[in-house]
Amino acid sequence: MMQLALEVGQTAQPEAIMFWILGPMAVVAALGMLLVKKAVHSAILMAFVMVILAIFYIAQDAVFLGIVQVVVYTGAVMMLFLFILMLVGVDSSDSLTETIAGLRPIAITAAVGFGGLMVSLLGRATLGRQATGLSAANADGNVQGIAKELFSTYVFPFEVVSALLITAAMGAMVLAHHQRTTVRPTQRQLSINRFRGETLASAAGLPGPGVYARHNAVDVPALLPDGTPAPTSVNASLEARGDMLDYKSFDLSEVNTQIVEEK
Amino acid sequence: MNAANYLYISALLFTIGAVGVVVRRNAIVVFMCIELMLNAANLSFVTFSRINGNLDGQVMAFFTMVVAACEVVVGLAIIVTIYRSRRSASVDDASLLKR
Repeated sequence: MMQLALEVGQTAQPEAIMFWILGPMAVVAALGMLLVKKAVHSAILMAFVMVILAIFYIAQDAVFLGIVQVVVYTGAVMMLFLFILMLVGVDSSDSLTETIAGLRPIAITAAVGFGGLMVSLLGRATLGRQATGLSAANADGNVQGIAKELFSTYVFPFEVVSALLITAAMGAMVLAHHQRTTVRPTQRQLSINRFRGETLASAAGLPGPGVYARHNAVDVPALLPDGTPAPTSVNASLEARGDMLDYKSFDLSEVNTQIVEEK
Repeated sequence: MNAANYLYISALLFTIGAVGVVVRRNAIVVFMCIELMLNAANLSFVTFSRINGNLDGQVMAFFTMVVAACEVVVGLAIIVTIYRSRRSASVDDASLLKR
């Protein structure tokens, strides 16, 4: 271990520099993924880790995989994640309180144990062995080399994987298919519900957001005749996101009515 | 530089991903942590491919990527279906079998 550390510390190869800059960044970004509250921020940190991994692949003579990593992971998979996040709602932030008592200390202890085991195992298993390098295997080019392997030794797994892809696409279509369990209400039914329902409060449609002397955007509730705010006048998703403003800050008594004369 | 350093990073990323799967409760974040674990495994495949000097490791990493893409498609479809019926993407809310 000590020898390894010395060896790494003394090499001034460009790869070592790249590794010692990007490696800690990847670990920090992965840790941030666990710690940030909003799922969108997690997704962006994850994309960052994936780009760093792509650079690592290219640095290790796996050019094809590096490009595929950028195209498939950061391009397709992460965009799919962000797309689903938008669909499910950006407000789906995780509350970081633990529901199962003592889960977090146990998880962290287990992780430290597991990580320590892996690292010590690696330190014992690979110490003193130099990498062969891929210059011989990549002699005809990396893509050609992988193609040769893929279409000779691994041709049967390759075919199985294509079946898997088709099955996954079918599965996603079946799962995302929405079957209506109730009859869609007709225009007539909607109208009857509106006027012959329990209350006539929403018969004329929902109230619009508040219009104040200093603010007339959609994020402030309107005031009812008795001076209380009307919660239905603000879009529910704005409310869920916490973007609703307090109407009190636009109250007339708060407004500075002193006239400043311009000279 | 010793190529084994990439293996240490890979082990660390895998461990972080495993902690995330246990600790986080948003199903999408749990899913991203699984992706992180798969990526960490891929990094060690690529590194071992370099250490051993043949391309089998890279082909394996390629297959892992394909399987991960399938898994993301089906998993996200499941999350959307659960969200549609329960209006929640938290893994703790899907506990109907417990009661």
